[in-house]
Amino acid sequence: MVTQQEIDKEIAELAGRVTPGGHPPRLYPPYRSSILRSPRQPLTLVTDPDAIELWTPVFGTGDVTELDADLTVRHSGEPIGERITVTGRVTDRDGRPVRNQLVEIWQANAAGRYVHRREQHPAPLDPNFTGAGRALTDANGDYRFTTIKPGPYPWGNHVNAWRPAHIHFSLFGTAFTQRLVTQMYFPGDPLFAYDPIFQAVTDPAAQQRLIAVYDHDRSVPEFSLGFRFDIVLDGPSATYFEEDHQ
Amino acid sequence: MSELASEPSSAALSRTWIEHRPTGQGVRLEPTPSQTVGPFFGYALPFPGGPDLAPAGHPDTVTVHGYVYDGAGNPLPDAILDFWQAAPDGSRTGTPGSLRVDASNGELLGRDGVRFTGFGRVATTGDGHWALHTLPPAADAPYIAVGVFARGLLHHLYTRIYLPDAPDDALLSGLTPERRSTLRAREDATAAAGRAYRFDIRIQGDESEETVFLDFA
Ligand SMILES: [Fe+2]
Repeated sequence: MVTQQEIDKEIAELAGRVTPGGHPPRLYPPYRSSILRSPRQPLTLVTDPDAIELWTPVFGTGDVTELDADLTVRHSGEPIGERITVTGRVTDRDGRPVRNQLVEIWQANAAGRYVHRREQHPAPLDPNFTGAGRALTDANGDYRFTTIKPGPYPWGNHVNAWRPAHIHFSLFGTAFTQRLVTQMYFPGDPLFAYDPIFQAVTDPAAQQRLIAVYDHDRSVPEFSLGFRFDIVLDGPSATYFEEDHQ
Repeated sequence: MSELASEPSSAALSRTWIEHRPTGQGVRLEPTPSQTVGPFFGYALPFPGGPDLAPAGHPDTVTVHGYVYDGAGNPLPDAILDFWQAAPDGSRTGTPGSLRVDASNGELLGRDGVRFTGFGRVATTGDGHWALHTLPPAADAPYIAVGVFARGLLHHLYTRIYLPDAPDDALLSGLTPERRSTLRAREDATAAAGRAYRFDIRIQGDESEETVFLDFA
């Protein structure tokens, strides 16, 4: 397997590139799994204003309850770890709130271990923590999760590869084109520089948009530390398609 | 635009930007970048009945199934597909009720077998296979939209499934016959599941192999 030093060199060669929307290129060789899992043919542009992708799946109060947003109350006891609340607003690129829409998260426990059979990391499972949650945004596009801070974990990209602590996010927008799966990171993580998944976002300004902000005003006294992670979804929607394309 | 182009890159300044950014018209916000779904979504994203878009026992139900392959022709055991389509009556607004949660214990129940929500989700099995049971999409949007997510894929991909009898629309007409054929499901006479169609997704390949993936700009 390749060393961290070799990966660092590859990361450095690609660093700083500005990409559309700050999204990572699908082919980013330092992330080895991207090499065979990225297209070689150009994407085909669709501009049809009636495309079904300009509308979106919808979810309702029968699909998600408020309790689903609290990952710390699923079991009989309290999970181990630093309790945190993660809040934020989901908007489109014009700042319009994405209302009543589904936000899904999943994460490792405080020791960096996922509840997943394929997970090999020899860190302890926590019988009081599963690590999956769901929420619907409110009328302002706001969401709120209570969870514990996930730990970093090793992975097989190269020798001594470690993922910075992160929470996986899956979002729906006002159109299927705005679908987003991303990862939220924590401020000041020393592993950012070494991680080819984080560094696949090569534009430093775009990297900052993946990092939650510690917000002391959102910390709950005697209970949890507050992090803010606002999310801006890319892509056109039927509602605004005409004005977007005038 | 210039305001965002000069966006500061240190964490402290980023905080200022996030909190003071406008929520009104005129300024385009920079999007949150995509990241891979990774390998460990299996206990979070799939839900009971995710593949079963068609109401239970509906006589028009069709099965669409296939494999997801990488550039070496190996199947992906850790891909997850989102499906979205118009209802048979042409409605594009979707209906809630895909997940349905049991409020007493937080477990997902899946759909009620009555409402057509338009949304489905299927994770591939260890052999890279997936199968969707749905109703044929409406004639004026004669395709099933697909979002492809996988470990190794840093930004998801969009494609479409057209059943064999779907008319050539603007997208299909604009493609070479070779590329067009990657978006056509084929009749699958071997399947035991009634009306069945085969649709493979090749994430990487030459022009005749690689699935056509879409960009909505
Ligand atoms: Fe992860």
